[in-house]
Amino acid sequence: MTTAPARTAFEDNDHKPVGHGRMLRKEDPRFIRGKGRYIDDLQLPGMLHLAVLRSPFAHAKVVSVDTGLAEEHPKVRLVVTGAMLAEKGLAWMPTLSNDVQAVLATDKVRFQGQEVAFVVAEDRYAARDALELIDVEYEPLDPVVDVRTALSADAPVIRDDLEGKTDNHCFDWETGDAAATDAVFARADVVVSEDIVYPRVHPAPMETCGAVADYDAVDGRLTLWSTTQAPHAHRTLYAIVAGLPEHKIRVVAPDIGGGFGNKVPIYPGYVCAIVGSLLTGKPVKWVEDRSENLTSTGFARDYVMRGEIAATADGRILALRTHVLADHGAFNGTAAPLKYPAGFFGVFTGSYDIEAASCKMTAVYTNKAPGGVAYACSFRVTEAVYLVERMVDCLAYELKADPVALRRKNFIRPDQFPYRTRTGWVYDSGNYAPTMELATRIAGYDELRAEQAAKRERGELMGIGVSFFTEAVGAGPRKDMDILGLGMADGCELRVHPTGKAVVRLSVQTQGQGHETTFAQIVAEEIGIPPQDIEVVHGDTDQTPFGLGTYGSRSTPVSGAAAALVARKVRDKAKLIASGMLEVSVADLEWSKGAFHVKGDPSASVTIQDVAMRAHGAGDLPEGVEGGLEAQICYNPENLTYPHGAYICVVDIDPGTAKVTVRRFVAVDDCGTRINPMIIEGQVHGGLTDGVGMALMEMVSFDEDGNCLSGSLMDYLLPTALEVPDWETGFTVTPSPHHPIGAKGIGESATVGSPPALVNAVVDALRPFGVRHADMPLTPSRVWEAMQGRATPPN
Amino acid sequence: MQVTMTVNGEEITRDIEGRLLLVHFLRDHLALTGTHWGCDTSNCGTCVVWMDGEPVKSCTVLAAMAGGREVRTVEDLEQDGELDPVQRGFMECHGLQCGFCTPGMMMTARALLDRNPDPSEAEIREAISGQICRCTGYATIVRSVRWAAAEQAGTRTAVPDDAAALGGTDATATTTGSAS
Amino acid sequence: MEHSVELAELAVDAAALQMPRHVPEQGRRSKGLGRVGHRAVLKGAFSMQVPAPFEYRRAGTVGEAIGLLDRLGDTARLVAGGHSLLPMMKLRLANFEYLIDINDLHGELGFVAVEPGWIRIGAMTRHRELLESDPLAAAFPIFRDAERVIADPVVRNRGTLGGSLCQADPSEDLSAVCTTLDARCVIRGADGERVVPMADFHQGPYETAVGDAEILTEIRLPVHPNGSSAYEKVELRAGDWAVVSAGAAVRLDDEGLIADARVGLAAVGPNTAGIPGIADALRGRPPSQELYEQAGDLAAAGCDPVTDRRGSAEYKRYLARELTVRVLRTAVARIGAPPAAGDGDINRQGV
Repeated sequence: MTTAPARTAFEDNDHKPVGHGRMLRKEDPRFIRGKGRYIDDLQLPGMLHLAVLRSPFAHAKVVSVDTGLAEEHPKVRLVVTGAMLAEKGLAWMPTLSNDVQAVLATDKVRFQGQEVAFVVAEDRYAARDALELIDVEYEPLDPVVDVRTALSADAPVIRDDLEGKTDNHCFDWETGDAAATDAVFARADVVVSEDIVYPRVHPAPMETCGAVADYDAVDGRLTLWSTTQAPHAHRTLYAIVAGLPEHKIRVVAPDIGGGFGNKVPIYPGYVCAIVGSLLTGKPVKWVEDRSENLTSTGFARDYVMRGEIAATADGRILALRTHVLADHGAFNGTAAPLKYPAGFFGVFTGSYDIEAASCKMTAVYTNKAPGGVAYACSFRVTEAVYLVERMVDCLAYELKADPVALRRKNFIRPDQFPYRTRTGWVYDSGNYAPTMELATRIAGYDELRAEQAAKRERGELMGIGVSFFTEAVGAGPRKDMDILGLGMADGCELRVHPTGKAVVRLSVQTQGQGHETTFAQIVAEEIGIPPQDIEVVHGDTDQTPFGLGTYGSRSTPVSGAAAALVARKVRDKAKLIASGMLEVSVADLEWSKGAFHVKGDPSASVTIQDVAMRAHGAGDLPEGVEGGLEAQICYNPENLTYPHGAYICVVDIDPGTAKVTVRRFVAVDDCGTRINPMIIEGQVHGGLTDGVGMALMEMVSFDEDGNCLSGSLMDYLLPTALEVPDWETGFTVTPSPHHPIGAKGIGESATVGSPPALVNAVVDALRPFGVRHADMPLTPSRVWEAMQGRATPPN
Repeated sequence: MQVTMTVNGEEITRDIEGRLLLVHFLRDHLALTGTHWGCDTSNCGTCVVWMDGEPVKSCTVLAAMAGGREVRTVEDLEQDGELDPVQRGFMECHGLQCGFCTPGMMMTARALLDRNPDPSEAEIREAISGQICRCTGYATIVRSVRWAAAEQAGTRTAVPDDAAALGGTDATATTTGSAS
Repeated sequence: MEHSVELAELAVDAAALQMPRHVPEQGRRSKGLGRVGHRAVLKGAFSMQVPAPFEYRRAGTVGEAIGLLDRLGDTARLVAGGHSLLPMMKLRLANFEYLIDINDLHGELGFVAVEPGWIRIGAMTRHRELLESDPLAAAFPIFRDAERVIADPVVRNRGTLGGSLCQADPSEDLSAVCTTLDARCVIRGADGERVVPMADFHQGPYETAVGDAEILTEIRLPVHPNGSSAYEKVELRAGDWAVVSAGAAVRLDDEGLIADARVGLAAVGPNTAGIPGIADALRGRPPSQELYEQAGDLAAAGCDPVTDRRGSAEYKRYLARELTVRVLRTAVARIGAPPAAGDGDINRQGV
């Protein structure tokens, strides 16, 4: 045991105590003591426990639900069925995509794991025991499992709850100019096509979803602690769904054990907990078990894509064309801006300056869990980047071109920014060549190619994979983007107390990203108060201004901008007060971090702390200046931000077993201005690990009856420390021109960029076998089959 | 049934059901919520505590099975207001993000360092290979354990690896940098 | 420890669905099922996390354990490390009225004993102890090879040899090791001990020769001079069950010809299996790559893998061949070579 005092950790390594730079996290002291406060840690007096009975069938009529035995259980307080909810008009709820989803099934179950009934009991064991006492009679129906046959004429109709619905069609969506694209394809020297599947995966945060609902019947207030990435949006939706007045609802997101998009939607379990509390008058806790999380909550991806790329013989990319079949599960629960049913898939033209592009997408219902936008996907940029980066490699394969050189040749040039893509997205800034250059330098790209050539001579399988991505994050401008009518802006409030300490209140909240540190640093940089003196309040609708929450890497691009601007607003007011204190005009004041001083006379100065005391004190303030030192704003971003990055992955494949080992992974990211490099590096590392998981082992799969075969962490495999290398990271900085501090967001970059780099590396290693494409997950069996010349889509 | 065990040095006796899992006993009966629960199949390792000095997955041990044994949880790492070097290492090297896997990771790391005060990167990776972290990508956890090892041995250098590599940034100009 | 009715059904279920996993998929049904009740189809689906109620008992000696089993019959089940049994009980795929905790038997049954011609290992010896035992690694390097890739270090702190063998999971690694080494299983009941060869110990998936009122107390491994062994596993991820694993034990005669060769495979059939033809094919011949490949062909032909999410049957058959070649090669190379350095710093076994 060493003798360091308990709470001094912030001091050691803070290179820049005020503002941006490496700083240890303010949230860590509670976590490393086991003092985090997660949903399941909450204990309220008289609290009851809720468990959900779920469907064993993917598709079946619910004939009857008999709860008699369960109600007789001595510890059971309440049993609720879909029929009971229907009487109260609560059996269905809206999804984030304007579809509806059953809270508890009434007519049919539409996926395995769907909610059928719930029990509220005195303890969690009794609640689960009582589930076994509920008798449900089902009449099994043929399920729709394969997305490719969901629209066939004889497919059973899943959504017969929707009036007039006669098929499983969910929506169609198009982007780009199909005619122009076809014309370019017609005259291209080279056209390459490939069928590419991005399998269904699951974010699987270590903490499952859960809630504690506490309804106070006397004053009609509902407090809901829940694992939510969007507390304000959830509050509004609860007001609409449950008919409770919004001012009587408080939603609190406590510490959250990872979100990754899994905790954006409203799940039936939350609504059940609310109903349970309303009906029992007691606090009710619901915490999913792992199989519930994996089988019923928001999955990600599940796109079956046909990619086509057209180019000149010398490697000038001319056009991209794609058809996508999207599996949305039983309800369209996509969490994306309403005008963007395919999320931001439209950025599939990637980082390249091309002449034309078009996409046609058909989305369908299947008997699987709802979801689609999750797992750090940046609203489907994952799928878009995977498609284009695989297609560029397919082109490189056909042209026998080097994948780095081919990409460089087609990059959007720095002078073309802001750059409007052929699908209408305006990239704010970018400087791609130096990013790629740095990645190849760190990797030692030429040496790796030489090593590979020597190894191929000896029959050894080594692959080098490259990807280059441009992300679209920070949703978004309210003229274009809303979720169920709620604009995607974010509020921020800053108060400086008399002694110069401050509290900043955010409308976004952390699920591990370090908001309590980063946002203190953003404010500190602008207002000169040390981040240790700035308390960050987040995740509680009663304590924070309205905003849409943390997902799609939007915290720094949107809420971070709000924090910087609110601090500047406070600083502007402080300047007025300082001018009075120093008895000079505002124009004669200069700001250096933390103090105003008179131009030409550095000794005549007041600190921000001095100003704070004056703002609250008894002395005079300048004409027209109110007391206090605080401000609030709502930031509406003018555009998305577009981070980019260059990734290089090196793999070795055992030629005997076809097992892939990731030897090295180089990631060079450009997220614009970097606030806390330590936290940024952590965000990148986590996303790279996601990439290894998706590329090599993760997949939610189903059998022909629609049984989910990935319902536990024994079957849904996540990478451990032994599957990932020691990451090699680098960075370039191309600030966003429209963000107040130039920051672009980093939360999902690596999850977006890493899967194509890894798959490209595996395919590169298999070049001696004539392999141009193989779908994820690249398990030994699937790699071996690719080596035999019969790669198949995942199933 | 009645069970008596020592938890963090204190003898505890409670009436429990025979089927009660140790993780729920610690969390629900003793309010030691630093030990987390993350899966049903002993795959995730968020529930790791020590039993008789060895890390175990408390979701797969009955509380009754811990009767007569010594259990140690994350709450016991800090002694007399002094953080364990492992706890400090996790803070210094950004070995945690959401914090959910962290208690289990730290308990395993502490046990590893007790047996092997100077573990290699490979040995650290092996030791934590039964525990899933969805946030960090493990590299910073490895660094955290190395930091703690060096701290205990008195050989720690001033600045963690990533700080040396990354440095600060200049927000106004296009710059490049890299970690080696 | 005979399995309960539920376990037997589960075994049939797993075999029928060609899913050699001990926790089966949820909610399966057969085609054309009519109206059915939820409970009839799937008792306890999605009610994981907590086991059904049972009475907890603790045995302090082997005699006590047998006495309890004798009294409680098939309503009782022994629990050692619990890492296979408790997850199944949480799934409510296994339900018992009594659970008899035998961890206190570790003093009696946790040992690795080297004797002339034999190594005896107590059934309560934990994976970590097997991994760290230098005498065991010296005699049978296959144990350390296998233990490095069984589950993960924390699970290895609890899981036991006996628990692994009695779970009788077709993908389980120690069963393949014991098959390869021609182990004898010592089973004790009220009437005394009996010794069952490994070949007869597993009677089907999740089914063993241990009776209701019996307990597996130790395994005995014959030690032959001039022999060695090896194990290799292909897994999708560290700690996962095998896609395929193979073990080999080889003995050479004075002239360097193969005197005996045994191969055991996991995850390629209803039980871990020895490949009987291999010894006959290799005996009396000088070790060579060609010979190993012949053995590999026999292994591929002699196994019965199924397609599942860990791989296609064809790939697994291929892998049975490839891994057989590798482990035979490694085992032969190890004969006469100095034993690998121990990577464990603790050896607390009763050697």
